[in-house]
This record gives sequence, C-alpha cells and structure tokens, in this order.
Amino acid sequence: MLPSAISAMAEQMAVTGNASSLHTSGRAARRVVEESRERLARAIGARPSEVVFTSGGTEADNLALKGAFAARREEDHARHRLVVSAIEHHAVLDCVDHLVAHEGAKVTWVEPDVRGVVTAAAVRAAIEEDPDSVALVSVMWANNEVGTVQPVREIARTAHEFGIPVHSDAVQALGHLPVDFTESDLDLMTITGHKAGGPLGVGALLVKRSMQVAPQTHGGGQERQIRSGTLDVPAIRGFAVAVEEAVASRDDEAARLVALRDRLIVSAMDLGYGITVTGHWEAGDGIRRLPGNAHLLVPGCEGDSLLYLLDAAGVECSTGSACQAGVPQPSHVVLAMGISEQDARGALRLTLGHTSTEADVDAFLSALPAAVERARRASGMDG
Amino acid sequence: MRVVAAMSGGVDSAVAAARMLDAGHEVVGVHLALSQSAATLRESARGCCTIEDAGDARRVADMLGIPFYVWDMAARFKRDVMDDFVAEYSAGRTPNPCLRCNEKIKFAALLDKAVALGFDAVATGHYAQVVERPDGGRELHRAVDQAKDQSYVLGVLTAEQLSRSFFPLGDTTKPEIRSEARDRGFYVASKPDSHDICFIADGDTRKWLTSRLGEQPGDIVDAASGEVVGSHAGAYAYTVGQRRGLGLPRHTQDGQPRYVVNVDARSNTVVVGTSDLLGVNAITGDHARWCGPAPQGVVAVGAQVRAHGEEVPATAWADGGQVHVRLESRVRGVAPGQSVVLYEGTRVVGSATIGAAALER
Repeated sequence: MLPSAISAMAEQMAVTGNASSLHTSGRAARRVVEESRERLARAIGARPSEVVFTSGGTEADNLALKGAFAARREEDHARHRLVVSAIEHHAVLDCVDHLVAHEGAKVTWVEPDVRGVVTAAAVRAAIEEDPDSVALVSVMWANNEVGTVQPVREIARTAHEFGIPVHSDAVQALGHLPVDFTESDLDLMTITGHKAGGPLGVGALLVKRSMQVAPQTHGGGQERQIRSGTLDVPAIRGFAVAVEEAVASRDDEAARLVALRDRLIVSAMDLGYGITVTGHWEAGDGIRRLPGNAHLLVPGCEGDSLLYLLDAAGVECSTGSACQAGVPQPSHVVLAMGISEQDARGALRLTLGHTSTEADVDAFLSALPAAVERARRASGMDG
Repeated sequence: MRVVAAMSGGVDSAVAAARMLDAGHEVVGVHLALSQSAATLRESARGCCTIEDAGDARRVADMLGIPFYVWDMAARFKRDVMDDFVAEYSAGRTPNPCLRCNEKIKFAALLDKAVALGFDAVATGHYAQVVERPDGGRELHRAVDQAKDQSYVLGVLTAEQLSRSFFPLGDTTKPEIRSEARDRGFYVASKPDSHDICFIADGDTRKWLTSRLGEQPGDIVDAASGEVVGSHAGAYAYTVGQRRGLGLPRHTQDGQPRYVVNVDARSNTVVVGTSDLLGVNAITGDHARWCGPAPQGVVAVGAQVRAHGEEVPATAWADGGQVHVRLESRVRGVAPGQSVVLYEGTRVVGSATIGAAALER
C-alpha cells in the first residue's frame, strides 16, 4: 500500500462518523466520502455521480453483470444474451455461469487471438449472430495473467452501433495504463483499491449516467440506490488517495516497470531453456501489455514446482490458478489462447509493482536456472 | 534436513509436521490431492480428499509458518490405488488400499518428486517407529501405542524408502498426540479420526464396487453339501471370513452360522461354510518386500494378516518372490489380497500379498 494512502486511512479510522447519519460527525464523514469520490472521479476521467463504491472488484463485477442483465431484461425480455470474452477473471466468468444456470441467460464466449487479444471484429461477429438478443458485452481492460491490453474503446464503439452497453473489468489497468472512463466510451467499469496501492476490501463500479443497473444488494440504498451498505469511510479515503497518486506517477512508474520487465523477459529467454513469453510483447511497449507483467512458458516444467523452488529462493511468483482445494490447474486464459495443456502447465507469472527493483529482477534471474533444472527432474512424477 | 511433511488435514500429520520443525528440520507442508473431480471434493465428507481437509492442512502450515503446497496426484492415485482396488476385488481378492497408497503414492510418487525437488525425506503422521542401527541402516518398528500401530500398512516399505522416511509420532500414544495438538493451538486437535477407505465417501464399499463393475448375479454355494443356498449380485463384493450381508436364512439346517470361505471370481461363485472351515495355518504370499536383506532359511517370526489383527507366532521362509508362512495356531478369515506382515519382536521383517491360505496338518 502506498504510504500516503496508509496515513490517510489511519487518520480517518480515528474519526467516528457514519456517512449516512445527519448529525455533525455524520456530515463530516459524508464530506470525506464525497471529496474522495470527486478525487477518484477526476483521476480516472469520470463524473463523481458515476462512482458507485463497493467492497471490491468482485462485488463490482457482480453488480455490473447481474445488475445490467436484470435491468436490460426488464426493459426488453428478448435481451438475454451475454457476449463475454473467454479470458475474463473468475469474478466475471462465475457471474456469467450463474446467470446462465439460474436466470435464463445465454452466453457467447469471444475467444482471444494467439496474443491474447479479443478483437473488436470478434466481438462484432458474436453480436451479429443475433444483435437484438444481446443484453451486455463484457471484456476486461487488461488481462491479469498474460498482461495483454484489450481494445476496449473500439469494442465499446462497435457494441454501441447496435445499442448494446459494454462493461469492462479494469482492475488490472488502473494505475498502470492510461484509464479514462469518459474517453473509453464504456458504460460500466470495475476498479479496485488494492491493485492501485490502496487498501483491500474497497472498489467501485463506474456507471455511466444513462446506464440502468438493478440493485443486487438491498438495504439503505446508500450508493445511488444501486448499492446498499454502510460505507467504509477510511477505506474510501485511502482508495481515492492511492488512485490519485498512482495516476499522477503513472507515466514515470510505467516507464520504469517496462524497462524492468523487458530486462527480465529478454534475460529469461536468453538462458537457453526454450523459455517464451506469452501474450502481446514488444520491448518498450507499455500500452499493449501491462508494464509490470511478465508471463513466461517454461518447457518441461510444472509451474507449481517452479513456484516452490523460486519461493524457497526468495522470489515470489504465481502460476495459473488453483481450485478451491488448492490443486494447481492450467490457466483458462492460456488455454483459450490456443496453448496446449502440456505447455500451459509450465506457465510462470511474474508481476512487478511499485516496490520492485533491479535487485529483484537479478534475484529472479539468478535463481531461475537451478529451479528450471530441478523442476524438470521432478516433472511428470505426478501422472 | 529438508523435509516434506505430508499433511492430510488431520491431527496426526499436523503434529508430525510440528515435531519435524521442532527437531530443527527445514519443513514444507504438502497436501496430496487424490480425488478425481471437484464434485467429489465437495461431496466427500471425510477421508483425505476434501476441501475442508486441504483447508485444515493449510491452516496448520500457516500456524507453523511453513510453506504449503497442494500436489495433484489424482491420476496416479486412480491408476495405482483405485483401479488396482477394483481389479483386485474383481479377481476375488480383498485388497488393502492404504498399503497400496503407501507403496505407490506416499513413499514412491510423493517421495520421488520431493527428492527430485531437492528434499531429503518425507515425514508422515503414521504411528510407527524408525530405528537407526549402529551401522546406519534403518529398521521399521511397531509404534508405542499398540492400538494405533500402523506398521502393518507400512510393511511394504523397503530399506531404501525407509532411509528417507520419518514417523515422528511412533513414540507417543494417540491421546497424547491429541493433547499435544491442543497445546499447540491446532483446532484440528478434536477432529475425528478418518476411518475406512478415503475414496469411498459413504463407507459403502459394495455399492461403490457395484457402480463400477455392475451387477453380476451368481450363486452362493454351501461348501459341505455343494448345494446352492442363496444368490448374490456379484462375487467381487464378498470377502473370506465375512458373515454379514449374505442374505441367507438365519438358521441353516444344522443351526450353524455360515461364513464366506472362498470367493471364486472365475465362476462368480461365493462359497460359504461353517466357522471350522475358516481356520488356516499355511499362507503363501506373493510380491514379497523385505525391509533389509531377505531372511536366509527358515526364521521364527510373528505374522499379522490384517490391519488390526493379532500377531501369531509362525515360521517363514523366502522362496524367490514368494514367502511361505506356517502359523503355529489357526487363524480365521485370511483373505487373499490382504497382506501378511512378518515381525521379529517389534521389528518389521517384510511383507507379502496373500495368494493362498490353507489348513495343513
């Protein structure tokens, strides 16, 4: 967490006050919330009234998918189809599965190309199967695993030709890419605090003024009658401070991370183990790939063996994902890009952030050869 | 040493991991995912494959401050343990899957992977003791807690496997382990013991086998008269020595209860007889495994023929991959497929899979 966000949050935690109360301390809390809303909105090119605070990215995605689906269906019962990219985060994927299983939704999954890009043309083709049945399009801004940035603006324009609203999960993009809600032409956008150096447990759904969203939690209607629940004033304040700072320092920080990332990728590929980089990558490019994302495929290794060996050497990284019991699984994102299950098992994701240094990259590069050799010896022993 | 602590999510393996850490080893917790599908993970109410168990194991690892990983060995477990289990029953034998799991998974696949990754050994929560001889060799001995002793299901381990195995609980009784777990603040201290077979969630082995092998109706024949006295839905579901679930009239003509005395898979026949037909004293075992060098000539041993059975004085001699065991007294219900484990005092000498058992005079 950014130090400025920690101190802002800590200061606020010492102040009592429920932003829904009308008495003096309540009004003071309300003021902090509204000022935070304005600061956040300014930082991401939105109007304050478009910011709906939530408990984080997952809740915002749920509200976007379920709320927009319900509202669109209410307006026109034929709007039952969702056009969603196949490389979404589970917060989106599982909402879609729920809507299909319980709410009569149909889904058209849009596959990415080999670089992990969901093109506007592919979205158009999915819509054109039956434009009048589409309730919503959802495509993430940047993929959390392989780092590929999606052409969301182009996708939004394409969908709007058919009068279809578009949601984007921009959790990974905020603070790392230029994110401007108005300019993006999106109707709904998810952001969260901790990915931008803010606190855990707070996020927001950006809702365009013209967009109808049916509430998914019911109660006091604190947030535009769309989202109920007592607002977490300290977290909201820390969130706004973090986003403001992350956006202000984005250009410099992105350039620094791109340089670190490129050195990591080039050096890893030069080690001679046949390591390749996944997704869209060009040296110096921090626009079409997340600046701090390096996603590698290491042939002949199980990602979880690498993860253990690197962790033991003091390098923290991740692989695909795990089921609830913790069983490593090949990533659905990597598989959707057409990579074989065998190759997908050797996936290794390294994320660089504001605390990452040249020394961290050096530590990774010096630990990698021994880890790859050991992991190769251990591979194939499970099956 | 660098040690993998196999953590099932139960109280025993939790304390075993903690004790390895206390002994100064570098410990990493590993939970084996052995179930095939996520659905089974959710449905399974006990055993070693539930989400709850994985979570419990992780919680203990976090308390100990050790790294924790889940290794997916479901494919190997299915092939080497579950498929073997079905094949054995289908051939009229009664396998012990825990023993097979120790032989093929815990002290083979898991140990091999651990060694490949740079570990020196695997530690588990089994109740058994490893004793190091002055010459550096290692022996497997019964646990101090006789009621919990699990040396029987470890009887398949070779000296080589033992040299990379730790059983930190062997010198302690189960009640003491529970109380130690409480003292260490593990909330799994009061978790019930796992019983039966971990991959058969409801404990109904016959139903589980039937769902895989289908119904195969056949006759139940009386050994004495040769008459058909009943019918069954598949001979594979019966075990020598079994009395319950035969569906025979409560009182036979002679008033004696009937037991399964033989399962003939080839003719799909279950043979029943009176209890006196169950007693055997000569066992031939296949697939002999010796914990150390194979014994030379005829040796005096104690023989145990099932997981919680009594040890019987016997003589034994090795004959290639086979072992011949002559028991000093008759033992009832010796089922082919089970293992005979041989002891010298508390030391495990070796084991074999029971192929045939007979009464010799």
